[in-house]
Amino acid sequence: MTSINVRVDGASYSDDVEPRTLLVHYLREQLGKVGTVVGCDTSNCGACTVHLDGQAVKSCTVLAVQADGREVTTIEGLAGGGAPDAALHPVQKAFHEMHGLQCGFCTPGMIMASIDLLNENPSPSETEIREGIEGNLCRCTGYQNIVRAVQQAAGELSGSAGGQA
Amino acid sequence: MTVTEEPQAASGTDTAPQKEIGQARRRKEDARLITGRTTWTDNMVLPGMLHMAVLRSPVAHGRITALDVTAAKEAPNVVAVYTGRDLAEEQGSIPCAWPVTPDMVNPGHPSIAVDQVNHVGEAVAIVIGRSRSAAADALELIDVDYEPLPVVLDMEEAIAEGAPLVHDSTESNRSYHFVFDAGEAGTGSDTEQAFADAEVVVSRRFVQQRLIPAFMEPRSVVVQPQGDNYTMWSATQIPHILRVMAAMVTGIPEHKLRVVAPDVGGGFGGKLQVNPEEILALLVARRLGKPIKWTETRSESLMTAHHGRDQIQYVDVAADREGNVKGLRVRLLADMGAYLRLITPGVPALGAFMFPGIYKFGAYRFECDGIFTNKVPTDAYRGAGRPEATFAVERIMDELAVELGMDPLELRRKNWINADEFPFTTVAGLAYDSGDYETATQEALRLLGYDELREEQRRRRESNDPVQLGIGFSTFTEMCGLAPSRVLGSLSFGAGGWEHASIRMLPTGKVEVVTGSTPHGQGHETAWSQLVADSLGVPFEDVEVLHGDTAIASRGLDTYGSRSLVVGGSAVVKAADKVIAKARKIAAHLLEASEDDLEFSGGKFSVRGTPGASLGIQEIALAIFAAHDYPEGIEPSIDAEATFDPENFSFPHGTHICAMEVDTETGFVKIRKYACVDDVGTIVNPLIVEGQVHGGLAQGIAQALYEEAVYDADGNLTTGTFVDYLLPSAADLPHFDTGNTVHEAPGNPIGAKGVGEAGCIASTPAVVNAALDAVRHLGVADIRMPLTPERVWRAVHAGGDGGDRAPDRTNAQAVDSAQAPAAGSQGGVQ
Repeated sequence: MTSINVRVDGASYSDDVEPRTLLVHYLREQLGKVGTVVGCDTSNCGACTVHLDGQAVKSCTVLAVQADGREVTTIEGLAGGGAPDAALHPVQKAFHEMHGLQCGFCTPGMIMASIDLLNENPSPSETEIREGIEGNLCRCTGYQNIVRAVQQAAGELSGSAGGQA
Repeated sequence: MTVTEEPQAASGTDTAPQKEIGQARRRKEDARLITGRTTWTDNMVLPGMLHMAVLRSPVAHGRITALDVTAAKEAPNVVAVYTGRDLAEEQGSIPCAWPVTPDMVNPGHPSIAVDQVNHVGEAVAIVIGRSRSAAADALELIDVDYEPLPVVLDMEEAIAEGAPLVHDSTESNRSYHFVFDAGEAGTGSDTEQAFADAEVVVSRRFVQQRLIPAFMEPRSVVVQPQGDNYTMWSATQIPHILRVMAAMVTGIPEHKLRVVAPDVGGGFGGKLQVNPEEILALLVARRLGKPIKWTETRSESLMTAHHGRDQIQYVDVAADREGNVKGLRVRLLADMGAYLRLITPGVPALGAFMFPGIYKFGAYRFECDGIFTNKVPTDAYRGAGRPEATFAVERIMDELAVELGMDPLELRRKNWINADEFPFTTVAGLAYDSGDYETATQEALRLLGYDELREEQRRRRESNDPVQLGIGFSTFTEMCGLAPSRVLGSLSFGAGGWEHASIRMLPTGKVEVVTGSTPHGQGHETAWSQLVADSLGVPFEDVEVLHGDTAIASRGLDTYGSRSLVVGGSAVVKAADKVIAKARKIAAHLLEASEDDLEFSGGKFSVRGTPGASLGIQEIALAIFAAHDYPEGIEPSIDAEATFDPENFSFPHGTHICAMEVDTETGFVKIRKYACVDDVGTIVNPLIVEGQVHGGLAQGIAQALYEEAVYDADGNLTTGTFVDYLLPSAADLPHFDTGNTVHEAPGNPIGAKGVGEAGCIASTPAVVNAALDAVRHLGVADIRMPLTPERVWRAVHAGGDGGDRAPDRTNAQAVDSAQAPAAGSQGGVQ
């Protein structure tokens, strides 16, 4: 067992983990952050995407020990730290408005990847969006409304400085 | 005619009620899904819960000669290990609910292998551990010896004389031979005669490759035993059917078993199943008296959850020289895999009725062999039988057009059912309800910009552009709204097709709607709220939709076959009608008026000719809760329930057109434009309908271009991860231009036809037809799906279908007849 100190969604945690424990399993099983899900075993689907020090990572490809001393943001920490009545992040809101989700299983990862995309490229073209989220698989939507959602969020974020996570 | 965004309903105002049906309501479901407050089965943690891991066979066909679990039992944090022998007496058989012929051979399907394994991935032992990792680690300590048996993979070899048997207990690898003959059924003329008399016969062999539903949420099950009661949470499409079946398999009395489908992450038919692991978890929970959880890995999912499609289709069409189709003959080989699961044999049989498509064939004969192989079983995958049929007819119509030198759309027009001919009984005996194929086609042509693209195609051909352009059509229909119970009975299906709903009027005026249809991404909570808001005149926000729990939704037949709105939504509307009828009696009593004088509109009963005298249905809910003042002779409740059993299927239709670029130098294909116009009847929520079409298109296009479950010669699945099984990403799919026409379905009170499968059924042949249209002048008559760059390149440069087989004779003839002057000018490896 190895001791780690991690900030997740604004709260500090000190835990002992097995060196082989993946970040996603630490989040789900030790912290109860079950908003982040596991969709594959090969880092293809991106359902487990979270932010590590502000950058999108597939949390099935990061060991929990690698998060030691770092800050993790999950889907649960996006909207005002997760209070039930907190305002949604513009990307969350856009996914809702543009019907960018159906079953919703890929959605947490898709939203976290989209935010990362917009952090790097605040006004992406349709092609840039499609290529920017190609590491995240969705089986329900055919992606068109996800693309629309990212476009709408880009518009809203560029119109209100400082809205990014 | 593209779907536009409607303004939001102004709820709670006193102005004339605005209809909810037709509004692009944002989904109620989203709030929890976009914030990660979701209840996936794998999220569940119960006190004392143990974890199950499954040891799976690495061989496709073999006898288990030794199985040693001693070391695994002694591993740290392992609670128990079971083999097939341990559970043989109590495991029963995974049920097959669709014996398509009276003499269908079903060798039975153990949840865990006892003596013999019949496909790679079959369970041979299970470990129960205190953690998931403890259970998984101990799997490695189990020793199994297998005596290999000859592996049966190819369907045509499997039914050849002297082929090795998948199951020793059977006489051949043929499970059944199913025939539908329109002449014998009295729905058409003699097929052999039609072919004998035909001026033109075109014959083709099409391959429907094996696909994997690949829902995003891996399967997961948790079973909690409480005394002699059991609760099973499962990532399933079918909690109600699962409950009945699991009770019958395990002997647990049905009333002692509750099944819950919490949030479920997609299904596409892949979770329309009674899974071996669900049965095993139940058996272990009963033995140990402890909660058991099993969640599969993605590799387990791709390897062991049922697959879809996998048919070889021999299709013959007979016509005259003018292009009037006369007869259709279909001989199908359908790969069952190693076992018959819930509706494995029924999938091709369901498709049998859709092969004639929208065309007026005079004669039709369908034959299908269901064949055992050493692969994971096939079963429902989005469309289930209908995509295969649609592909065959839409492909053969293009081949016939080429043979006759006709425009493919002109040929379709000449033969399709005209708008003034509905209802129309087809040669397969189905009564198509409503539609207008011409209008949908015109609109799709407009959306595509057809004339310009045809012009560009001509230019590219003339200039010998290395990138050629093709346009492909699919003018399709499908049978939805599964299903009329009597019809299912006549097809030997093991259950009915009704759906149930109940409505509970709460004292505060809020409304609970309980539906027996079980969503996993479709948006029932939103659409059903819209239905009830209109029916009862209550605000959309005041409606809560409950589902997916057999203790809450007492009756139901779940979600598949584009049935939810058509059948389940109709049950909701019927239940609302009963609520209004019951409330009317109370209203008449409280308003001191005759029932006949009451009008119900916008949620209020008012007395005709007496302005101001009115009572809202939400007020009546409170009054009847108090029950201080209500008429004699009636019960103090306005709650109601209804079961709806449709009398006919519904028949969505549409025209899908794909424009495809094919790079003849690299074999890469690229969808230049995709336009479709679907008629799904009444649209309750245009946003949801559009989303369903998009998702269906993605899966249908993926069959044409990307996906295939591939087995090697030893029966190993070589596409066992998302590295190898190519689910398209956003970068692999085009923008879709979608539109709708609306012809209401006459068979249900909503007028809905169903939309869940449309895009998936229609798109595949449009895409393949487009690719062929781009390169047919180069001598290409077929390309086997998926259209990988290698296959396309080989087809362009070496002829044939680009697959592993040599081009067959009929294709070669077609190649000859279609040979255009430009052929050969591409050079290459001929």
